[in-house]
Amino acid sequence: MTASVFFGCTFIAFGPAIALFLFTIARDPLRVIFLIAGAFFWLCSLLLSSLVWFITVQISNKESSSQQKGLLIFGVVLSVLLQETCRFGYYKLLKKANEGLLMLSAEETMPISIRQLAYVSGLGFGFMSGAFSMVNILADSVGPGTTGIHGDSQHYFLSSAFMTMAIILLHMFWGVVFFDSCEKQHWWSLAVVVISHLLVSCLTFQNPQYVGSLVPTYIIVFLVGLWAFFCSGGSLRNLKLCLTCKDKDFLLANHRPR
Amino acid sequence: MTGRGPGTIIGFPHKRTSIFFLSCVSASISGDTGVIHVLESEADLEWPLSKGPNPPYMVLLESSLFTKSIMMKMKNASSRVAGVVVVPKTSPPEFSPHTTCPNENTGVYTETYDHNLAHCNTTVWNPRGNGLSYEEFDFPVFSLKEDNETEVIKQCYFDHNRVVNGSGLQYPLCAMQLFSHMHAVTDTATCMRRSSMDFSTSPVMVCDPLGGYNVCAFIRPYNSTAFGHKENESVVIAAARLDSKAFFLEDSTGAEGSVSGFVTLLAAAQALCEATQEAPRTRNILFAFFHGEVFDYIGSSRMVYDMKNNMFVIDLDNVHSILEIGQVAVRSGTNLFLHSDPVSRRNNTVHDEVTNLVKNLQSSTAGLNFSFVETDFSQPLPPSSFQRFLRARAIPGIVLADHQTDFNNRYYESFYDNAAHLNLTYPSNLSPEEQLEFVTDTAKSLTEVATAVARTLFKQAGGNNSQVNKINADPKTVTQMLYGFLVRSNNSWFQVLGSSLRCVFCLSEPNPPQYYVGVAKSSHQANALTYLVQYLLANLTGTATNLTQSQCKKPDELPNESTYLYSYLWVQGMVPPNSTQRESFCVRTAVRLVKAVSPAFDLGDYVSKEYSTWTKSQWKFIKARIFLVASRDLEMLTLGVGVAVLFTSLLVTYFVSTKADVLFSSVREPNNAAY
Repeated sequence: MTASVFFGCTFIAFGPAIALFLFTIARDPLRVIFLIAGAFFWLCSLLLSSLVWFITVQISNKESSSQQKGLLIFGVVLSVLLQETCRFGYYKLLKKANEGLLMLSAEETMPISIRQLAYVSGLGFGFMSGAFSMVNILADSVGPGTTGIHGDSQHYFLSSAFMTMAIILLHMFWGVVFFDSCEKQHWWSLAVVVISHLLVSCLTFQNPQYVGSLVPTYIIVFLVGLWAFFCSGGSLRNLKLCLTCKDKDFLLANHRPR
Repeated sequence: MTGRGPGTIIGFPHKRTSIFFLSCVSASISGDTGVIHVLESEADLEWPLSKGPNPPYMVLLESSLFTKSIMMKMKNASSRVAGVVVVPKTSPPEFSPHTTCPNENTGVYTETYDHNLAHCNTTVWNPRGNGLSYEEFDFPVFSLKEDNETEVIKQCYFDHNRVVNGSGLQYPLCAMQLFSHMHAVTDTATCMRRSSMDFSTSPVMVCDPLGGYNVCAFIRPYNSTAFGHKENESVVIAAARLDSKAFFLEDSTGAEGSVSGFVTLLAAAQALCEATQEAPRTRNILFAFFHGEVFDYIGSSRMVYDMKNNMFVIDLDNVHSILEIGQVAVRSGTNLFLHSDPVSRRNNTVHDEVTNLVKNLQSSTAGLNFSFVETDFSQPLPPSSFQRFLRARAIPGIVLADHQTDFNNRYYESFYDNAAHLNLTYPSNLSPEEQLEFVTDTAKSLTEVATAVARTLFKQAGGNNSQVNKINADPKTVTQMLYGFLVRSNNSWFQVLGSSLRCVFCLSEPNPPQYYVGVAKSSHQANALTYLVQYLLANLTGTATNLTQSQCKKPDELPNESTYLYSYLWVQGMVPPNSTQRESFCVRTAVRLVKAVSPAFDLGDYVSKEYSTWTKSQWKFIKARIFLVASRDLEMLTLGVGVAVLFTSLLVTYFVSTKADVLFSSVREPNNAAY
C-alpha cells in the first residue's frame, strides 16, 4: 500500500516505544543494556515456544483444520506462559546481579533501582515482541496493493499496528506490576498479570473482527496502565499537582537530600 | 500467470528521424500498476480514457477489440492507461499488424533501381497492414491465454470494479501490475554503443542482434572448407523462408506466411532426391531455407554478403537462377502465379533465362490440377529473399505465390495465421496419431505444388526430360509436416526423425515451435524450428548408414566417409514393436547450418541502410500480478494518524519524564532514596 501506509503503521506501532526510549532510556547506558537484555530474554521465550510449535506441527495431522486450530490455541497459551516464565527468570537474574553490582561498586546505593529495572525490562520485552509482530507486515505494506482480494478485511495493516502498540505498552506495564508483586510477594497480582496476558492474546482470535479484539485490548491497556501507575508510586494527588503546575512548590516543600 | 509480454523492444534506425519500436518502451522498472477495466466495446473506451475517476487503468480486451483504432486512442491517452492485456479468442475477419509494404527499404526496389516501383508505388502488397507492430507505446502490452487465471482477473473486476447504475466506485478496487522493464533504449546504434562501452571482464549487454541459422543443402555437396568461386559449377537455388512474426513475438505461427513455403520446398527436395540418385545433372541445386527474413532479410542478406566476400562455398558467379517459393497455400482459384522482376528482364540474357524457367514451370504442371500463370510484366517482385540476390547481381529468377497482386493472406504476420487459416481440419473422431496420417486437402494441393517445383528443378538442372514424370512428391510427408509444424510438434514422426541430444528440440511441448527468429546466440545453438527443419531435410534427402554412435561423431576415421562433404547426424529412430529402446541410426547428409546474422553487426555499422540492424532488448523478468488497491484518502489517513500518534507520545513522554520525580514520588515509603 505504498510508503505512506508503511510510515503510518510504523509510527502507530512504535511511536510510544520510540518516544519512551528517546526520553527515558537513551541517555543512560545502564538502562540501555538492561533493555537489550530484556529483549533477549523475550527472544529466548520465543525460541522455546517456536521449537515446541515446530515439533507439534510436524507430528500433527496437517489436513484436519480443527486440529490445526486447536494447535494454534495451544501454541498461543504456551507462548504466553513461557514469556511470563522468562520474565520471572529475568527478575531472579536481576536480583542476583544487583547484589553483585552493589558489592563491586564504590557507592553505597544501587545505581539503578528495581523499579526502574522493572520498567526497562518491560519495555525491552515490548520492543522485541512488537518487532516480531510487526516487521513482516510492514515489509508487505510497502507494495502497491492492500489486503482483501480473497475477501479479507482491508484494515489489516492498520489494526495490526494498533494491536502492536497496545502489546508494547502492555508489556511495559506488566513488567512494572510483575516485578513489584515479586518484591512484595503478592502472588495473586502475579496471577492477574499472567491471566490478563492470556486474555489479551486470546482476544486476537476474534480477528478479523478487529473491533472485537482491539476495543477490549485497549480497555485492558488502560486498566493495567493505571495499576502500574499506582504500583510505581503514583497517586491521584501527584497527578493533580503536575497537571496544575504546582509541582515546584511540592518539591520545595518536600525537599530531601539526594 | 501464463501470460506473455511481447517481451521485446527492437530498434531499427529508419531513414526518417523517428525511431521505430515494437511495443513497451517505457515500462517502468518497478512495474506499471493500473485499475483493471475489462473493455466490452469500443464505446466503453470512454471510461478509461476520459470518464473514469481512478486513472491509470489497466485495460483488458479481447482479440476482437485489439484493433489499430482502439490501440491508437489508448496510445494518445497514455497518461491514463497503465497497460493493455489482450486475451486472444476468435479471429477477426482480417488483421495484419505488419506494414503495408513489408521490407520496403531493404529489398531491391529502391529509388535508384526503379523510381516507379519503389515503396510499393505500383502494388501495395499488404493493404490490410495497420503497422501496429511498429508503433511505440508508453505502456506494456501483454497477451494472456484464455484459461483459469484470466477468469480470475475478470471475476475480480466484476466483484470490485463494476460501476453500478452510475454510482461511484467503492474502494478497494482490483488492480493489476505488469513488469516488463526493457533495458535497451532509443535505437540499435545507441544500445550497441552502450553495450560496447562496458569495459569490464563480463560486459553487460543491453541488447542482442537478431539472427539464427540458415539451413542449406546441395544435391551434390562441395568441400565445406573451400570457399569462393568454383570453376565450371552452375547452381540453381531453390529458396524458402523459415520465420515469421506476430505482434506478440512468441505467439508467431506463420502458417501461410512461411510454413506453406518451406513445407513445399521440403517435399520437393525429398521428391527430387529420390528420383535423382543415379542421373547426373549439369547443374547443382541448392536448397536454401532462410531465417530472419521478416526482419529485413537477415538470412538472405547474410548469404549474399558471404558469397560476395568468398565466405561461402560458391559465389554469385556460380548462381545460375533462383526459384523461390512464397506463400502458396491460400489459393483463390486453381492458378499459382509466377512473379519476376521487370527491371532485370530488360537485359536480354536474363529475360531469356527467365522465359526458359517459366516454360519449365508451366510444363511441369502437366497432369496436375493447377497451372502456373505469369503475372503482369510491369509488376515488381513481392517481398522475397530473391530481392537481396538481385540487389547484388541481375540473376534470373521466379517467385511462386498464390496471389496475383496483393496478398491473399488476410493475417500476414499476425497470430491468426494458424492452422485454421489454412483450413487444416481433421475429422473429430481421430486420435492424434491418426490425425498425423490423415491427408488433408491443403496437404494435397501443396503436394502438387511440390511435385511441380521438383520437376522444374530437375529440368533446370539439365535432367533428362523422359524421367520427369517419375518425380512425385509424397502427400503423406506433406500432411505429416503440416500437422507437426502447425498443430502438434511432439508427434511420433518428428520424434523418430529428431535428435535425442539437443534438448532445445526435446519436443516435450505439444505446441508448434516458435517461428520468430530470436536472438543470435553466441553458443552455437539454434532454435527449435531450425533443428526441426535441419533434421527433416537430413532425413528426407540424406542416406541412413550403419555407423555406430561413436563412429557418427568421428566419421573421418572411416575410409568412405568425409566430414568435408557431409554432416553426420544421430537420429532417434523408431521404437520397434517388441521393445522399448529406440533404434537410433546415423544419417549422412549434405545439410548444413549456416550462420544468419546481419552483416551490419560484423561490420560494426549499426546505422546501416544496406543491411538489417534489428536488435532485441534484454530484460530481467516478465510477470504480472493482481491485488486490491486502497483509496488515496485511506493511505493519507493512516499516515496522518501515525504522525499524530508519534507526536502525542513524544509530548506525553516528555511531560512525564520531566515530572517523573513528582509523579512517582511516594509518601508511603519515605526511606526510598534512589529513583
